[in-house]
Amino acid sequence: MIAVGVLTAVGFASVYIARQDVVSTSSLAYAGFFLLLYLAAHLVARYTVPFADPYLLPIAGLLTAIGLTEIYRLHPDDAFKQGTWIVVAVGLFALTLFLLRYDYRQLESYKYVFGLTAIGLLLLPILPVLGLTVNGARLWVHLGPLRFQPGELAKIALIIFLAGYMREKREVLAQGRLKDWGPLLVIWVLAILVLLETRDLGGGLLYFGIFLAMLYVATARIAYVAAGFGLFLVGAIGVWKITPHVQERVTIWLHPWTTHKVYCPLSGEPALRQNCQSFQLVKSLYSIGHGGYAGTGLGKGTFSTIDGHPLIPGASTDFIFSVISQEIGLIGAAGLLLVYMIFVLRGMRIALLAQDGFSKLLAAGLTFGFALQTFIIVGGVLRVIPLTGITLPLVSYGGSSVVANFLLLAGLLLVSNRANREALR
Amino acid sequence: MNKQISHLGVAALILLAALIVGVTYWQTWANAGLADRQDNDIKLVASFTIKRGKIYAADGRTVVATNVRKKIGGQTLYFRRYPTGPIFADVVGYSTQSRNRTGLEQSYNDFLTGSNANLDTVFRSTFDRLKGSTVTGNDIVLTIRPGLQALARRLLQGKCGAVVALEPSTGRVLAMATNPTYNPNLVERHFAQATRTTAPCGATLLNRATAGKYQPGSTFKMVTASAALDTGRFTPDSPFDDPGYCIEYGKQVRNAGNPEAPETFGHVNLSTGFEHSINSVFCNVGKALGAGTVLKYADRYGFYSVPPLETPENERVASGLYDHGKLFAPKHPDTQVDPGRLAFGQERLQVTPLQMAMVGATIANHGVEMRPHLIERILSPGGHTVTHYEPKRLATPIKRQTADELTRMMELAVQGGTGTAAQIPGIRVAGKTGTAETGRSNINTTWFVSFAPADNPRIAVAVVVENQAGGFGGTVAAPIAKQLMEAALR
Repeated sequence: MIAVGVLTAVGFASVYIARQDVVSTSSLAYAGFFLLLYLAAHLVARYTVPFADPYLLPIAGLLTAIGLTEIYRLHPDDAFKQGTWIVVAVGLFALTLFLLRYDYRQLESYKYVFGLTAIGLLLLPILPVLGLTVNGARLWVHLGPLRFQPGELAKIALIIFLAGYMREKREVLAQGRLKDWGPLLVIWVLAILVLLETRDLGGGLLYFGIFLAMLYVATARIAYVAAGFGLFLVGAIGVWKITPHVQERVTIWLHPWTTHKVYCPLSGEPALRQNCQSFQLVKSLYSIGHGGYAGTGLGKGTFSTIDGHPLIPGASTDFIFSVISQEIGLIGAAGLLLVYMIFVLRGMRIALLAQDGFSKLLAAGLTFGFALQTFIIVGGVLRVIPLTGITLPLVSYGGSSVVANFLLLAGLLLVSNRANREALR
Repeated sequence: MNKQISHLGVAALILLAALIVGVTYWQTWANAGLADRQDNDIKLVASFTIKRGKIYAADGRTVVATNVRKKIGGQTLYFRRYPTGPIFADVVGYSTQSRNRTGLEQSYNDFLTGSNANLDTVFRSTFDRLKGSTVTGNDIVLTIRPGLQALARRLLQGKCGAVVALEPSTGRVLAMATNPTYNPNLVERHFAQATRTTAPCGATLLNRATAGKYQPGSTFKMVTASAALDTGRFTPDSPFDDPGYCIEYGKQVRNAGNPEAPETFGHVNLSTGFEHSINSVFCNVGKALGAGTVLKYADRYGFYSVPPLETPENERVASGLYDHGKLFAPKHPDTQVDPGRLAFGQERLQVTPLQMAMVGATIANHGVEMRPHLIERILSPGGHTVTHYEPKRLATPIKRQTADELTRMMELAVQGGTGTAAQIPGIRVAGKTGTAETGRSNINTTWFVSFAPADNPRIAVAVVVENQAGGFGGTVAAPIAKQLMEAALR
């Protein structure tokens, strides 16, 4: 538990120093406030889940602090909004811990509710009045001034459903009886259809990956994973054939630069691809490359042109990683990824220590979801895989993402608390 | 289930490790390639975060180029300002975003941005980067004297032409002006306005002093006379008979003046021929020496190669014979080139003011040609001298005796010949006029190449003024050279 304090302090010391660099003293109030917020979160965790893993909350704190610092650096106004969302997220985190502090496993009985909730949440943006299309994907719900991406919460609900359902049916699933596959397949097909409709490719990849991973954990059948992959490939090729949106993503991924002008679907006229569809990706790569080994230093990076226009559209959301890479360089970016790795290690450790199937599946699903989401967005930014818009957990600007990831954290802490308590007994 | 969970954990870690490999790739191996990309705006913006070095005139106080600071997108950017406006524009050039760079701003960009390989500078700018403080470039001190430069510009006002003033013993450029020119402060946002001119010719961005090609007219007789004397084939006293023309390829080539009744001098010697710029004398010298010998001496003065200077190579041109716009070095000069016309500066000769100033300065410096340079010192941001430019010998085209004989002849030209307008009371001035016909009736390119004091030269000046109706080197260019020399020596 001492580690909590030390890590939190280190995390905030770095933020504090960084902030000084970025702007003046007004940021000190920010740092102080967040220190208090995390202290409160820590105390709630101490009270509700005293046996929980001591690393996860400080890591989450560190990640949100890094994200907030960079968001502040890019758009100080957004940082205030993000700060507000973090308060909301920590509040919900505390509430979850408090409500489920005796036994979170009661969630298992409501698995179908969660499954339906997931579908419902995913369907929300398609509804005519509520839905909102941003950057070509229909992912948003708006209620007055509030905008929300329900897909992020659907992820959590889906994992709870899958954990509950697979725990119950893992033996029969392993035997491969079609009847038991029914609900799983139905929900899965529905989810994919919804995703096609909303054109959220990153989300689709994420949910499908989580599904396969949990299926593997539950059934120990590599064949299922292989079949799933095959299914995915067939699906992907099929989707690639029918959707120009996807074709474009793949083209951008393979050939972001052209030496000759090609057709530009955005303007309808010929243009170099780096000035058209792959503009964002290419500018982001320049940003990462400019960081070099040590980076430019916090607050010293270049994110606007000489005329003051932003260089990378969406820098604080999907492309936050390229902002971080430029300012803190390879050392910092690799360090950030290592922090994610520690989070994943701790999460998997919780899954290993958990005593029952539901808890194991839940913890493994949540952790793998966290890792896969990181891989999808950072991999996209780094051109490891085709780029699909999705948030970097706990770092990107975006309220729904922060809330969802704090709920994910709450889930892991609850599982961990129970596992460690049982072990001590 | 634990085995699967372990597998899953390993898989997740492999995915994240792949990202570390990815980011390492972009930030190390691919780094340089990305930086070189044309559309990499970060590099462009980053070049504006550097506080470029200032540029000073020779006095070390007159600021020719400096920076203004602007806060944009949370970054401090530095934009160039030129307090002297157009006065130094052709030499210093400009550094902008929209039109990149020219002049010393281009060729000395490495020094001005502190990215040159000098150890002291490397340490300092690396340290600045690590500290996160602004990288400051090296300052440059020019050899150009601010007063002389401003005077040169004033004297060219309303005319088209150029002035180059050199210090003969060192090769320092004391003044280098051209008209029309432009205001470098307006280049970024008001380019059309920056290059607007009231002068009767265009090409405001052209540095006529180093890239303007003109027919040399009689100023080329300095080169011919060098060949005549230096080869020992002639002396200043060699006798000539001037009937008002010379015969070339069976035809008369007349002296200057009224074509029907050209000037006729009768029995003269080479010295008088130089003093009064008699074409027939030099025509016969050229015929006697052959075009090859005359061109060889031109070559020794630096014709046929781009004169050395710190400005970008593409802002300077070589002097020599030009054929269809291209430098023409004849393989068989004695059959390909008309030796008589070549000798008095016609044929297809095209020269730059800088080259002619170098010829004058070489004669002044007793036959030793110094390498022209216009940067005196380069200073680190702390004020220490990083580089000091020592005078360098470029060539020795003629013997000392030849140079001294030529000096005497040039003095006579000012005392009682074509260049009397350049006389300065109490100072011995040596000079040579030039008037080249443009082909349009009575419109001439006028020249004057001179130095002073003749016994101990401290300044050599070449002046060219284009498109003078009824003007001559002695009446248009010589007075300008006189005022510059007077100002420099006073």
